[in-house]
Amino acid sequence: MRLGLLSDLNAEQAARRAAILITDIISGEQRLVREKEVREDPLVQELQECLDQGKSRLVERDGRQFFLTVQVTPVRVVIIGAVHISQALAPMARRLDLDVTIIDPRTAFATPERFPDVLVLAEWPDTVLPDLKLDRYTAVVALTHDPKIDDAALSAALQSQCFYIGALGSRETHERRIQRLTAAGITEVDLARIHAPIGLDIGAVSPAEIAVSVLAEIVATLRKERRRSA
Amino acid sequence: MLSNDTDILRTAEAWRRAGKGVAIATVIETWKSAPRPVGSHLVIDEDTNFFGSVSGGCVEGVIITEALGVIEDGKPRLLEFGVADETAWQVGLSCGGRIRIYVERVD
Repeated sequence: MRLGLLSDLNAEQAARRAAILITDIISGEQRLVREKEVREDPLVQELQECLDQGKSRLVERDGRQFFLTVQVTPVRVVIIGAVHISQALAPMARRLDLDVTIIDPRTAFATPERFPDVLVLAEWPDTVLPDLKLDRYTAVVALTHDPKIDDAALSAALQSQCFYIGALGSRETHERRIQRLTAAGITEVDLARIHAPIGLDIGAVSPAEIAVSVLAEIVATLRKERRRSA
Repeated sequence: MLSNDTDILRTAEAWRRAGKGVAIATVIETWKSAPRPVGSHLVIDEDTNFFGSVSGGCVEGVIITEALGVIEDGKPRLLEFGVADETAWQVGLSCGGRIRIYVERVD
């Protein structure tokens, strides 16, 4: 592989854009197809399938074998609340190669010192979420316990295609949340998208344990398609 | 979708830019139970430093040796490992699966 090609592939990833590297496994010939170039490529159908499934694979065309290395858009976790659980969650999520953004309008909480190596926005969720463009590769996790902050974030998340929405709080807290969001005009079908109480039930107690349960639920949601097709 | 092999390709780029001879091994096909999915990478440099994996550690040793040859002559190689393979008795996959690996040099 030419270094330039490898470098282009890595640059697409860094810019949160999908790309596919096509390799003729006999001749070694290679080309990079960016997401927006897929439609003009002779292998358009195969490329589209690979992108949809997020899986690399070998394809045959005219007696030649091509390997398609698929790089999908990186998965991102938007965490509402620069709280203790978030301090455990952020580095664990980074370890899973997830992009992390932390949002909390309370400037005492949302400091870079408390969250090294991740993007921290000391803003209200409804101010910054539109700019973040929540897509189907994004998970939104509401952890503040404060309806003033969490509710706005959940409303925005429910209007997007994000693949996971979770909210911290007991069953009773969630019941009251449902009432507030229903009063705000959100439908029952949409409200059912919220994972609450958040996380897989592993009996988590400490902030780090809760972070594990939240991340496990995010991974399970992300991989569900694959588990079904396996 | 968790794109955990991207840091491996970033490492490959960084090692090459640092002036090292570098090869990338990629799982291109699997049959039955294979330890790592298609698309998994292992990056190797000329001093046999490596990062990533293409199996559960069962065949990496052989691939590193092959990679040194690829770094030397620049010719990509296709390798296959499985219980039916002759080399399997020395380095095969205990899980009973079969994998095909493509090894290429970063130029």
